[in-house]
Amino acid sequence: MSTAERLTSLVGALRAHGVRIGTGETVDAAQAVEALGFADRELLREGLAATLLHSTAQRPVFDPVFDLYFPRGVGGPDTGPPDRDDLRERLAGALAANDESLLARLAAEAVDGFGGYGNSPSSDGWSSYQTLDRLRPQTLLARVRDDVRGRQGMSGFTDRLLEDEIRRRIEAFRALVATEARRRVAERRDRDRIARRAVAPTTDRVDFLFAGKDRLAELRRTVQPLARKLATRLAARRRRAARGSIDLRRTLRGSLSTGGVPMKPVLRRRRPARPELVLLCDVSGSVSGFSDFTMLLVQALHDQFSKVRVFAFVNRIDEVTRLLRHGAADAEGLSARIRAEATLTGWHGSSDYGVALGEFASLYGDALSPRTTVFVLGDARTNMSDPNLPAVREITERARRVYWLNPEARAQWGTGDSAAYEYAESVEMHECRNVRQLSALVGRLLPI
Amino acid sequence: MLFTSVDDVSARLAETGYLASPAVATTVFLADRLGKPLLVEGPAGVGKTELAKAVAEVADARLVRLQCYEGVDESRALYEWNHAKQLLRISAGRDETWDEARTDIFSEEFLLSRPLLTAIRGDEPKVLLIDETDKADVEVEGLLLEVLSDFQVTVPELGTITASRRPFVVLTSNASRELSEALRRRCLFLHIGFPEEELERRIVRLKVPGLDETLAKSVVRVVGALRAMDLRKVPSVAETIDWARTLLALGADHLDETVVRDSLGVLLKHQDDILKAGAKLDLDAV
Repeated sequence: MSTAERLTSLVGALRAHGVRIGTGETVDAAQAVEALGFADRELLREGLAATLLHSTAQRPVFDPVFDLYFPRGVGGPDTGPPDRDDLRERLAGALAANDESLLARLAAEAVDGFGGYGNSPSSDGWSSYQTLDRLRPQTLLARVRDDVRGRQGMSGFTDRLLEDEIRRRIEAFRALVATEARRRVAERRDRDRIARRAVAPTTDRVDFLFAGKDRLAELRRTVQPLARKLATRLAARRRRAARGSIDLRRTLRGSLSTGGVPMKPVLRRRRPARPELVLLCDVSGSVSGFSDFTMLLVQALHDQFSKVRVFAFVNRIDEVTRLLRHGAADAEGLSARIRAEATLTGWHGSSDYGVALGEFASLYGDALSPRTTVFVLGDARTNMSDPNLPAVREITERARRVYWLNPEARAQWGTGDSAAYEYAESVEMHECRNVRQLSALVGRLLPI
Repeated sequence: MLFTSVDDVSARLAETGYLASPAVATTVFLADRLGKPLLVEGPAGVGKTELAKAVAEVADARLVRLQCYEGVDESRALYEWNHAKQLLRISAGRDETWDEARTDIFSEEFLLSRPLLTAIRGDEPKVLLIDETDKADVEVEGLLLEVLSDFQVTVPELGTITASRRPFVVLTSNASRELSEALRRRCLFLHIGFPEEELERRIVRLKVPGLDETLAKSVVRVVGALRAMDLRKVPSVAETIDWARTLLALGADHLDETVVRDSLGVLLKHQDDILKAGAKLDLDAV
C-alpha cells in the first residue's frame, strides 16, 4: 500500500464517521507527511490531526483510525508465548514506573499471548476482552501501590492520590490492549471495514437508546456547550427577525412634516415574543437516556423562554419542573430523583401513552395556550393499550404547535406495539436518535 | 521558513520560556511550512495567546494583535478612512478641480490601517494574533476569509493589497461559539489541552524557579487529581503556576492538609468545587 493510498483510505474512513474532509485538506495532509517524514509516528499523528480535523470532538475517532492505517508495527512481537505470571510481574513494574513505551510493548505481547481465539482462517481473531480477562490488570492495584510506596516511602499528602493515579494508568493500559487487538484483527480482515465498524462514533452520533452508562455520562457533559451554541443561534435568529415590515400608520404620521411625502419609513417594532414551552417526557426505562438529555438541554436553554414547564410520565403524568431546576448540579441522579419524587405509575409499571396524555389534557390543560409549543419525547410504544388519539387532538388544538421527537429509527415506527404512525397523523413527528439530530431539530423547531 | 525541524521548534520556543508539547511543536512547524494560519482551541489558561507571543519572539517578528469582541467590525479590524484629515485636505486646496481632489483624498496617506491590514503590509516579518475569535460576530469571519486564504485585502478605492511577505497567523478560540466551517478549513487545527504531568512539572519549575523539585512534583500531582474530578471549572496551567507561587510565598516546603485547604481558593474558583474537592481529598480528616 503506497503512502498516498494509505492516506486516502484513512480520509475515507474518517469521512464514513462523519468528519467532513475536503480534497484540499487531504493535499495539506500529504504535504504534512512529506514535511514530517516517517521517523516519528507521534509527530505524524499530530501532523495529520492538525491538517485533517476541525474540532476537538473529532479527535477520539481520529486516534483509533490512525492506529489502524499507520500501525505501530506489523504482526506480533517475536518474543515467543509469554508466561502469564511473568507478564503480570513486568506489567506491575511498568505501571509502578509509569513507563508508557514499555506498557505499549506489554500490551502487544499480552494480545499476542492471550488474545487469540479460533483456528480456522475465517473465524479466528484477536480479542481484547479475552486478553484482559486472562491478565486481570485491575488486580495489580494493591501490589503496584505497595511497590511505589516501598520505593518512595509514605510521601505525606500526595500519598492519597496514588491509588487513583494507578487506576488511571491501568485504564490507559486497557485502552492500549484494545487498540492492539483492533490492529491485529485489521491485519487479518478488511482494514476499511474494521475502521468503519470497530471504532466508536463521535459522541454526537451515539444512539440515545443504545448508549451505555459511561457514554450517557459523556453526553450529559455536552449539554452545557450545546445549549450555549443553540442559544447564540436562537439569539441571532431573533435579531434578524427584529427588522420587520413598515408601520404604515406611523410612516404617514411622520410624513406630515414633509408635506405628505414619506421621506422616512418607520419600521414596525417587533414585540420580543418569549414563547412558552411544554415538555412531555416518557421516562420509562427504555427511553430514559433520551428524555433525560433533552430535559437538561431545554432547562439549560430556559432563559430563552418566558416559561418552561416539564412533565414526566410512565403511565401517569406529573410536573417535574422544580426537580429539574435544583438538579442542575447533579445530572446523574436526575431520572432516579424524578422517579422517587413524582407520581408516574398507577397500577402497573409499564408505559401507557393513552392514559398519560389523557391525564395531561384534563389536569394540566391550563398549561396550554396559543403561545405554547409542546414537545412530546418518547418512542410511542403504548404496550398494546389505547393510544387515546382524541386527547392528542385536544392538545394540538389548544397549543400553538405540537412536535413529537421519537428516539427510534424511522424503520422501527409502527412495528410491534408502537403507535408512532397513528400519533404522527395528528402530530408532526421527527426521528431524533442522537445529539446531532437533536441539535438540528431544536435549532429548527424551537419557536422564536 | 522560520524553522528547520520539529525539534528546532521545541528548542527555540523553550529558549523564550515556552515549553511546547510535541503536538504544539509539530503543528507550529507545519503552519510555518505549509504557510497556513493556525487555529488554536483549548480551555482558558493553557497558553494559547502565549504561543503566539513566543513565536513572534523566536522569529524576531512584530506581533500584530487583533482582540475580538462582540461588535468588532471592518473599521476596527481592517482599515478606515481618516475623515478628519480628508476634510482638512479638501479645505486646504480650495482652487482644485473636483477630479484632482477626489483622486487625492483616497490615497494611502489618508488610510488608517487596522491590525489585519497592518499585518499584510510592509516587508518585515510579522506574527498576526487574532485573539478570541469566537467572541466576534459571524460577519467578521467572512472578513477574515479573504485575509487568511489569499493574504490580501481589497480596498474599493485603492484596489487589492497583497502581502509581499506572509505573516504567521495564529487564531485563538475558547469555543464559546462554533466557528464556521469555511474558516476552519483554511486553518490548521490545534487543540491545546492540559499538559502531561512531566511537561507541567517542567513548566512549573521554569516559571517558579524558587520551588524545589519534590514540591513541584506534588503540586502537579494534586492538580492532576483535581482535573480528574468532575468540577465546574478545573484548574488550568495558569492556576497551577499561581498556586506554586502562592506556596512559595507562604513558605511551605511540603504539602499538608492545612496548607492545601487554605490555598485551594487559588486553584478553584467556585465554592461548590472547593467543597467537593475538599471532601475528595480528605482535607477535613485532620
